[in-house]
Amino acid sequence: MAISLTVNGKKRQVEGDPAKPLLWVLREDLDLVGTKFGCGAGLCGACTVHVDGQAVRSCQTLLGDVKGAAVTTIEGAAATDVGKRIAASWIAQDVPQCGYCQAGQIMSATALLSQTPKPTDEDIDAAMIGNLCRCSTYVRIRAAIKAAAA
Amino acid sequence: MSRATLSRRGFISASLIAGGGLLFDLAVPIAKAADGTPVIINAFIRILPDNRVIIGAKNAEIGQGAKTMLPMLIAEELDVDWAQVSIEQTHADAKIFGGQSAGGSRTTPREWLPMRQAGAAARAMLVAAAAAQWGVAAEMLTTGSGKVTDPKTGKSIPYATLAGAAAKLPAPDPATLKLKDPANFHIIGQSVGGVDTPAIVAGRPLFGIDVKLPGMLHAVLETCPAFGGTFKSANLDAVRALPGIAHVLTIKGDGTPESGYDGVAILAKSWWTANQARETLKVEWDDSAVTGFSTQGYAAQAATRAKGKADGNIVRTGDVDGAFASADKVVTADYSYPFLAHATLEPQNCTALFKDGAIEIWAPTQNPESGRGLVAQALGLPPEKIRINFSRIGGGFGRRLMNDYMVQAARIAAQVPGVPVKLLFTRADDMGRDFYRPAGWHGFRAALNKDGALTAFHDHFITFGKDGKPVRSAELSPGELPAGLIDHVLFEQSFLSTNMPTGWLRAPGSNALAFVYQAFMDEIAAAAGKDLPTLMLELLSKTAQVSQGANRPPFVTARARGVIEKALAMGDWANRTALPKGQGKGFAFYYSHAGYFAEVVEVAVADGVPKVRTVWVAGDVGGHIINPINALHQVQGSVIEGLGQALAGQAITQVAGAIEQANFDTHPLQRIPDTPTIHVEFVKTDYPPTGLGEPALPPVIPALINAIHAATGKRIRSLPVTAEMLV
Ligand code: FES
Ligand code: FES
Repeated sequence: MAISLTVNGKKRQVEGDPAKPLLWVLREDLDLVGTKFGCGAGLCGACTVHVDGQAVRSCQTLLGDVKGAAVTTIEGAAATDVGKRIAASWIAQDVPQCGYCQAGQIMSATALLSQTPKPTDEDIDAAMIGNLCRCSTYVRIRAAIKAAAA
Repeated sequence: MSRATLSRRGFISASLIAGGGLLFDLAVPIAKAADGTPVIINAFIRILPDNRVIIGAKNAEIGQGAKTMLPMLIAEELDVDWAQVSIEQTHADAKIFGGQSAGGSRTTPREWLPMRQAGAAARAMLVAAAAAQWGVAAEMLTTGSGKVTDPKTGKSIPYATLAGAAAKLPAPDPATLKLKDPANFHIIGQSVGGVDTPAIVAGRPLFGIDVKLPGMLHAVLETCPAFGGTFKSANLDAVRALPGIAHVLTIKGDGTPESGYDGVAILAKSWWTANQARETLKVEWDDSAVTGFSTQGYAAQAATRAKGKADGNIVRTGDVDGAFASADKVVTADYSYPFLAHATLEPQNCTALFKDGAIEIWAPTQNPESGRGLVAQALGLPPEKIRINFSRIGGGFGRRLMNDYMVQAARIAAQVPGVPVKLLFTRADDMGRDFYRPAGWHGFRAALNKDGALTAFHDHFITFGKDGKPVRSAELSPGELPAGLIDHVLFEQSFLSTNMPTGWLRAPGSNALAFVYQAFMDEIAAAAGKDLPTLMLELLSKTAQVSQGANRPPFVTARARGVIEKALAMGDWANRTALPKGQGKGFAFYYSHAGYFAEVVEVAVADGVPKVRTVWVAGDVGGHIINPINALHQVQGSVIEGLGQALAGQAITQVAGAIEQANFDTHPLQRIPDTPTIHVEFVKTDYPPTGLGEPALPPVIPALINAIHAATGKRIRSLPVTAEMLV
């Protein structure tokens, strides 16, 4: 059974098991490998994408759940004004270390700024607590969000 | 191999590349390696017709910044602008590139000279080519922004125009090269962002997990949960019958964690499909020899061993018994710490293609040559039949100094010739199949004389060993301070046995030893009626240098005192007692990986929960901070990681030979709200630069523990810190 959804503004049809997590649909079926696998259990945030504008963990979101939905991944994140500002800010602050968590960080940060244009430290903590960074780039993540909001 | 033969083989060459560009390959023979053979560094400086310069980065990028920093060294001496430079990752080949392992904070000290010589050699040849063209002496010419200029006439020629002629010239002897006066550095010492940062932010494929080859199959690997169990039988056919499964293979390991244990591999077009099939897979393992190992068992054995005679001495100096007998005060304490996992965010993975008796590998590895050796052994292949390509690495921390995932991917690929296979661990595989930071127990005694001076120090270290030697990363150096600073020292060790593979975790050894040594020294200082920095400064004033053994630079006490004084000033140590109740500052100093670090931590403890507010870090890694922004990032990351080891609840525990933790819920990492303010300053001293990936981590743990004591009066002597310890 083919399931249709919109990914980064393009209509896509995916043939496959509705129980397959969106993470693996993106990485394996749609060739969008920017979204990362870290834990497979909703614990690390590396797989964060937007579904209809909300940040979700794609490892915990099944293909069947996103039928007809609009999915945005890191590859399409800079299409919006907020996404552009976040990307520029991430580069200006040189946020990444190994870089592996950063797609997820950026997707969570973009969702935050879209909903809360001037986030407080507490807003940032609440929106970003689900995104682990093993390299501990948290100082710059916070700074980059603030700079992008300014 | 002599320089002459190198020269005959042509270690510099120019050739036309498609589209008319000029390829200018440079291989500079560099000063002799320790064993006397010349090391060739092929820096792959390519100058394109539009005067852009492509520089090869030879070490794996694990987030430590090597892919940016090594080319900075070349570009500086080549005398080009950073904006002209593009960077390419080289593949792994020690014969061409020299050492390519990324570990031990060794990249900077090892490459500081050779990389600059590589750039300077190319610059000298370009200048010589211009001199010949203009008929002037090379000494009269200057360079800058990728051009050679004659200051007399004001004429310049871009490197691109000279590259062809330069490439025909003999390469200069590195010993004759004049390197830049550091006063003229325009790239070294400037903050340069990570070269891959824009690609990371755009979500481009960069990592091992992103490798994609035509016709590739995805693999999962089931192994015995108890390390060392061997394969008996499995319902392989039931798994083969599942939809979408391409192959189910038994994998014969060699019984060592380094090469890999027995396993069952499931291959499918989709990794998710392959991994789902593990629910059906039932394997019977023979693990009878290894199910007796457990965390509880180690703790009980350690307690017993602590009361008995040690297995042997690590070092004994002076008259330890006499010093304790005549002590005015004896301080004793027992300290311990748990096993830890690396938990790199990118789970271990590797892609391999076996074809026509050769194998090509795409591996996120910190240490490719050791992987090549293991693959050669496992597959019975000559090493030259193994090509290893680097990918960017989603976190190393020492995990990827080991290459088990590479060997296992190679074993799987060898069973399906012609088909590329990507092996990817689940998080549970990754956590349960690690090379753990070993646990350890220390029984300390220290003697103080009537003047409150530390006279004798005794550590009975209970660690893990095999055949009378500590296992990997479980050793205690005879030079561990305060050894070398006082006369009467006894370090003894006793060994427990384990089936747990152990390995190097960022600042190996030091990440545990800094905690126990500097926290116990804080107790000693308190017993002597002073604070820890005062005690350390006293000890460090007695001697100028402490030998660290052959081939390692000595520990210089003036450098230690320099960072200690700096950290005390930064952290306003003198006014620490002005903090309100429940808050405190702690201090620690630690020397590791040739880096000197003193740190002050300010903590607030409420309801048994410590919250770190501010950390002040003073470090001395020599006379140059090559890339200041990256240096700052390395220190920030080290500090937060160290705090996580103490506070996040990390401890790997074992039951019946297998690991209990499977994911970040049970082996947690620091999260964004746990991030303190971190102030970092470098004390520059006149020594060659050394690495920064590790040495800032160890002292933050004892500084935190000492701060908790200042805030609560409670001594934490075992990690991780729990609420019960504080209420
Ligand atoms: S991979 Fe989805 S939260 Fe970790
Ligand atoms: S940058 Fe490495 S995990 Fe975040």
